[in-house]
Amino acid sequence: MSISKRLPMWPVVRQLAEGDPLGLGRAAASAKTRAIAPRTALADRVVPSICPYCAVGCGQLVYVKDEQVTQIEGDPGSPLSRGRLCPKGSASKELVNSPLRELKVKYRRPHGSAWEELELDQAMEMIADRVIATRRATFERSDAQGRPLRRTMGIASLGGATIDNEENYLWRKLMVGLGVVQVENQARI
Amino acid sequence: MGSNMAECHPVAFQWVVESKLKGGKLIHVDPRFTRTSALADQHIPLRAGSDIAFLGGLIHYVLENERYFRDYVRSYTNAATLIDERFVDTEDLDGFFSGWDPETRSYDNSTWQYQDGVVHASAGQRGVPQARQADQAVVGRVSDEDPSLEHPRCVFQLLRRHFSRYTPEMVESVCGVPRDQFLKLAETICDRSGPERTTAFVYAVGWTQHTTGAQFIRTAAILQLLLGNMGRPGGGILALRGHANIQGATDIATLFDVLPGYLPVPKVDDPTDLDEFCRLNGGDAGGYWGNLRSYLVSLLKAYWGQAATAGNQYGFDYLHRLTGDHSTYQSTLGMVDGWVKGFFVLGENPAVGSAHGSLHRQGLRNLDWLVVRDLYEIETASFWYDSPEVASGEVRPEDIGTEVFFLPAAAHTEKAGSFTNTQRLLQWHEQAVEPRGDCRSELWFAYWLGRKIREKLAAAPELDDRPIIDLSWDYPLLESQDPDPEAVLREISGWSGDQKPLPGLGAIQGDGSTPCGCWIYAGAFAGGINRTAQRRPHWEQNWVALDWGWAWPMNRRILYNRASADPAGRPWSERKRYVEWSEQEARWVGPDTPDFPADRRPDYVPPAGAVAENSLAGDRPFIMQADGRGWLFAPSGVVDGPLPTHYEPHESPVRNALYEQERNPARQRFRRPDNPYHPFPGEPGSEEYPFVMTTYRLTEHHTAGGMSRFLSRLSQLQPEMFCEVSPELAEARGLRPGGWATIVTMRASIEARVLITPRMTALRVGDRWIHQVGLPYHWGSRGLVRGDSANDLFPLVLDPNVHIQEVKAATCDIRPGRRPRGGFE
Repeated sequence: MSISKRLPMWPVVRQLAEGDPLGLGRAAASAKTRAIAPRTALADRVVPSICPYCAVGCGQLVYVKDEQVTQIEGDPGSPLSRGRLCPKGSASKELVNSPLRELKVKYRRPHGSAWEELELDQAMEMIADRVIATRRATFERSDAQGRPLRRTMGIASLGGATIDNEENYLWRKLMVGLGVVQVENQARI
Repeated sequence: MGSNMAECHPVAFQWVVESKLKGGKLIHVDPRFTRTSALADQHIPLRAGSDIAFLGGLIHYVLENERYFRDYVRSYTNAATLIDERFVDTEDLDGFFSGWDPETRSYDNSTWQYQDGVVHASAGQRGVPQARQADQAVVGRVSDEDPSLEHPRCVFQLLRRHFSRYTPEMVESVCGVPRDQFLKLAETICDRSGPERTTAFVYAVGWTQHTTGAQFIRTAAILQLLLGNMGRPGGGILALRGHANIQGATDIATLFDVLPGYLPVPKVDDPTDLDEFCRLNGGDAGGYWGNLRSYLVSLLKAYWGQAATAGNQYGFDYLHRLTGDHSTYQSTLGMVDGWVKGFFVLGENPAVGSAHGSLHRQGLRNLDWLVVRDLYEIETASFWYDSPEVASGEVRPEDIGTEVFFLPAAAHTEKAGSFTNTQRLLQWHEQAVEPRGDCRSELWFAYWLGRKIREKLAAAPELDDRPIIDLSWDYPLLESQDPDPEAVLREISGWSGDQKPLPGLGAIQGDGSTPCGCWIYAGAFAGGINRTAQRRPHWEQNWVALDWGWAWPMNRRILYNRASADPAGRPWSERKRYVEWSEQEARWVGPDTPDFPADRRPDYVPPAGAVAENSLAGDRPFIMQADGRGWLFAPSGVVDGPLPTHYEPHESPVRNALYEQERNPARQRFRRPDNPYHPFPGEPGSEEYPFVMTTYRLTEHHTAGGMSRFLSRLSQLQPEMFCEVSPELAEARGLRPGGWATIVTMRASIEARVLITPRMTALRVGDRWIHQVGLPYHWGSRGLVRGDSANDLFPLVLDPNVHIQEVKAATCDIRPGRRPRGGFE
């Protein structure tokens, strides 16, 4: 390599030329460091979101590259959180990307000793059949005095505090249609 | 109080710190010294479960020292209202109010009503007592009142008498709070309230998870009304809720006793006639609840569409009916007893998160089928092969007949939708990526399950199937086969003829022409724009930030903000100016959306025969109340008394110092062998459980752990279950730092590492020292970090208003060493 090419790579020259005389900043960066960029800069798109943990509702920015979530940061525009996230909110990228996430339906037959595989559509068919059968078997049209009840007490549901308004709405609508009375969520607990 | 905001809601706590930097005072009242206490001007440890005595002491102080906000109290509360002459207070019945029925262990609130007539509740337990169903309901102006506040039966005097014994000395002996500490706090609060200043109360489940939980909040409400701190900037009683959409799930509503927008679910003894049902549930009351029939009809139209006609009372005839408490703990007992056969669990983990975990797991083992939808395989899904009962050999998987479906769920980044945060703010999260594998949103699950069930039933429908077959279930599908979440939000927000989105709740009609899935959310899609997705950065708008998200109702950020102006509509002070009447513009103006009819003059006097909000005078800011006033005395809505009364927790090491009646007489107990209770103090065996235990959360974990114990970094930060004890208790019981302790109750024994710290203070209560044990409750048998579940220790015993369990105060024993192991380990 010629001296004209090597001279600018000499650290002392770089420190002086790059305005980093103490060599504690840019001048100390290796070629590898220089070649990389933060995931936030490389994202294909940034999607506005809301933290899924507590009810403060901190703003999140979800960075996506190649259809993968690559980073989640606080949204500085939020008047609630002003860009901040707590340890849980900061960990939410792992929440969505963790290798421990379940990706397949699991089925355990009565008295079974292990999980089995099941196609999603078949699981949905089976669940629909269970709901219909239990509802039929336990439906109460009226009480002993003949007053209308129109319900089943054989089915219960719990959950809703971690899912969306639209989901809660549609779920309750379905349950009301079925006459399922016992629909509850964490708000009670 | 009842919250450790710095650790459990840390990002919101930045605003408390900001306030402090501007000269605000922060006081933390909590059994434990935490990071919230560390930043507070004053930390007051009190005995868990004694909050009504403490807050009642503050009410007493405010009344006796005349520190209340006189003009506010006179005009905006029911202080002057005269109460039925048959009402008898707990002072005269030693812990009971009039109307107690020992047979049913419940109250008839006939005698708690106004002298003028029956008063409908704006929340809580609705309906009118049988004896008074023919009586006239209070609408708007109440005539029987004494503006001098001196009549012995006016609310103000009843209040004074009710709290007359809640003295600083009583607070000291009940709560363990020294007199000087209490008086310093009382002075601070009074100094920081009034026309020029406001005080806010912030609470979390430390206030709610008690057998008197609803009354804890009521006590704070009385205090805040007396001090004039409601409806004003910097005031209020602020709940810090624990889940991203726990508020929305309450509003919209996955709760057995309310339909979306807190509309009551009919009970078996309610009239079958829609109009009569609405009348008896507040539809003829003053205030906005006077529109209940319109709100209900519009919901039914959203549910049943074309099938909801005047002929079937808009589908009212399709609604199921209640025969009592059908809340989640009753369902659990139903599983144990065999009448609940099928169970859906959507993003919740009752095997760890609910009181008396072993009872829940027993219930799960007794089901025919169970569907669990979650991101991770939580304990509620794995109970049949991985649970304390299987580990101990008590049960074997092959003996468990439950059929289990685990369906992986989509995460918040994998679907779009809205969360309602703890201050009623709806915020839309966009979808970032498609879910992987079998992961699906709950919206997909609800829609497709409904579609399959409807198709199967439509093949051979029976009479009972009409409500499910007639449900309006047409939603446009996205490419992913999810229903379009914005289409669902449109239905929630409502529309008028030709699918035009409703501008707001004022446009809701009673003739079925305005389907609206949740009246308080009406207008969330006004103008065809998803208002919940508004995202103008805070630096581009004022501090109220109306262009970020959308708050129900009508994008109002401070509820009842008419009260921020005086009766004539002028600001109480320049410093606390917020919403006020502009004579020039002939409407209410301010940085927020006025929480009042926009052009209603402050001197408006309702004409005879006016109904609903039009029956309220222009100086009645509490527009959801039948009389437009804040209730110091609650004639209805609260089932265990019109005024809060100190009772001991169901399990307590001490007796009630105030009344012969020890515990909340109306609390819900379940006396059965699988739910044993510890003896009352003085009864044989009570000395076996001498300590108070209380549960709490850590910054790094999330409730029952389903969203934190499976994450490596959070698990590294808080790797292990522990218990927190004072040096004195450690010495008395021989506990060593970092060693093991076993916490024992009649429900369970759990083990935990010992953390000895003066942050837990022994309290002097009466003539003895009370020790408290602090327990985080995040752990279970699954995840990267595992440990025993604190909730296993607690019994089922509930608040009678909202059916919440008491896990913030109970009794226990603590011993050194690990818990006993079953024979199979």
